[in-house]
Amino acid sequence: MTESFAQNPESNHVIELHEVWKTYRMGSQDVHALAGVSLSIERGSFWAISGASGSGKSTMLNLLGCLDRPTRGRYALEGQDTASTSDDELSDLRLKHLGFVFQSFNLIPQLTVQENIELPLFYQGIDAGIAAKSAQAIAERVGLSDRLSHRPTELSGGQQQRVAIARALSNNPSVLLADEPTGNLDTATGDSIMELLTELHEQGKTIMMVTHEPEIAKYAQFQLVMRDGKIESISQNPGSATVGVGVGTLI
Amino acid sequence: MMTSRFIGNVRLGIKTLLLHKMRSILTMLGMVFGVGAVIAMLAVGEGASKQALDQIRRLGSQNIIINSQKPIEQAASGSMQVRMNMYGLLYDDLARIEQSYNTIDRVVPSKLIRGQGRVGSRTLELRLVGTTPNWFELVSRDLLAGRVMTDLDMENFASVVVLTEHGARKLLVGQSAVGSQVRISQNYFTVIGVIKSESTQSGSMQTPDQDIDAYIPLNVAIERFGDITVTRSSGSRSRELVELHQLIVQVDSIENVESTAAGIERMLSMFHPKGDYRMSVPLALLRQAEATQRTFNIVLGSIAGISLLIGGIGIMNIMLASVTERTREIGIRRAIGARRKQIIGQFLIETVVLSVTGGFIGIGIGLLIPWLITMFADMPTIVTLWSVLLSVVISIGVGVIFGMYPAMRAANLDPIVALRHE
Repeated sequence: MTESFAQNPESNHVIELHEVWKTYRMGSQDVHALAGVSLSIERGSFWAISGASGSGKSTMLNLLGCLDRPTRGRYALEGQDTASTSDDELSDLRLKHLGFVFQSFNLIPQLTVQENIELPLFYQGIDAGIAAKSAQAIAERVGLSDRLSHRPTELSGGQQQRVAIARALSNNPSVLLADEPTGNLDTATGDSIMELLTELHEQGKTIMMVTHEPEIAKYAQFQLVMRDGKIESISQNPGSATVGVGVGTLI
Repeated sequence: MMTSRFIGNVRLGIKTLLLHKMRSILTMLGMVFGVGAVIAMLAVGEGASKQALDQIRRLGSQNIIINSQKPIEQAASGSMQVRMNMYGLLYDDLARIEQSYNTIDRVVPSKLIRGQGRVGSRTLELRLVGTTPNWFELVSRDLLAGRVMTDLDMENFASVVVLTEHGARKLLVGQSAVGSQVRISQNYFTVIGVIKSESTQSGSMQTPDQDIDAYIPLNVAIERFGDITVTRSSGSRSRELVELHQLIVQVDSIENVESTAAGIERMLSMFHPKGDYRMSVPLALLRQAEATQRTFNIVLGSIAGISLLIGGIGIMNIMLASVTERTREIGIRRAIGARRKQIIGQFLIETVVLSVTGGFIGIGIGLLIPWLITMFADMPTIVTLWSVLLSVVISIGVGVIFGMYPAMRAANLDPIVALRHE
């Protein structure tokens, strides 16, 4: 446990958390959802975050997802500190560097599969023609090129989650954030989604995944367990020590 | 970049609205009827006012019309059973007014005498108008045959008469009018011309001329008929002495009408303390009519404003419901990286699409209703371009104003909370 974090200069760290606190005020009491978390995530690593409910893992994900700012401490995404950013700047960080995959897929029902995938590109103001082409390419990558004109409701759960992953990838983000990505799926479909995520990890994506299922957590390289707003443990999964991928450091 | 996103937002807005067709239609109704009512009401108002204004304009907006009027309190003058009423405009008034202001172009006097025209066995009650040649310059009517009165006729005390088309038809069937002799109350007049007369059947505003007019030189009228009219009623005879029945003063320009009228009024009131004349200024009537029209427009505008307000509130209500319904969608969009103002833009565009679509349908209805009114109720209606343009602007305005609050609500949602919304 050394104070090496701040002095890490040319880091390959996509995410750096240093003494991060997130405090909510409940009536007259301060509740610390995060109580001094420090963590560095190397580019290309695949993490599973678990913990009991109330352990702070959701808060952690919101913070990592730039949906929220830390009360205290420092969180840098791609070297950019989020503490003093404006709402617009946070939006831009999400748009540029992050992709979200949710438990309940969260596709927009009135849009077609293609339009859902194009959404981040739409907000980036990318030309419609180019956006369409890249959406088609990504759809192919997740195995959905024949469903582009369908509505989300016409698809199975597994297919919907593939669309969500395609959407999360379309802006070519630094980090893919997945919140219980298999929570609404049966085991077989869940496994296929996890295989897709593993594949993406092997292609070099950084993935942060929240899950409470040990079976799912095993797909990740590293398992991070949270408890009472703190990191309880970090462990490397056996057999996942793959090709020179970096290791997160617990300080 | 900006425009493609805008078009994308419009497409998305239309798509979202089409998802709930019935709801969108019902939401638009307020705008449809509001805008329809505005255009239709303005068209009816405009039509009615144009009709009134045209009638006033026909009297001549550069004219001041002074009529002799019997005073209400008439003290008996003369003696015994023979009473003589003396009132009205005098020959001196004509001279005085003519010399009074240099803003006056011409003063046209007229002396009206009831008489019976007779040609052979045919008779016609006529209104004999003793006037000067400039009557025909003031009241310009098409000359159908012959010529009108000239100064030479005045100088020569010529017994000549100009008939109207109507009079000529009744008295001189099948004869060439010009050159014929007409006997009017014991005097013979030679017809020198026939003019078309203004039809007075439409509307209540009277034009200075009538169908049954016959125009003779003023000095001839004075010489032949005098100033006294005798009316017999139940044994007693009442006699009236009126020198001139009417003076029409034409002023050189519209700007000078009111000041000239005021001057003449001041002067006349000195010589006519009994108030035995009445002055009317068509321009003042015109101004009055225009003022009435403005008031009318304000009333219509208020009604329209209220209906549009209700339409707008209806739209806002639905949009607020829509924001609540789509909280999750908003959360997703924010998580993906949409900025607040992009969410505002999305919802605002949706509202404007609603209000403008409603507005355009309303314009259609607003064009249809006046057309139907003209077709079936035979009332003039005028759809003005500005009312249509105004409606377009108002439609957009209503969308923006009433869409702003729901859109802000949507944009200010906390994305974390919105994502968790069921």
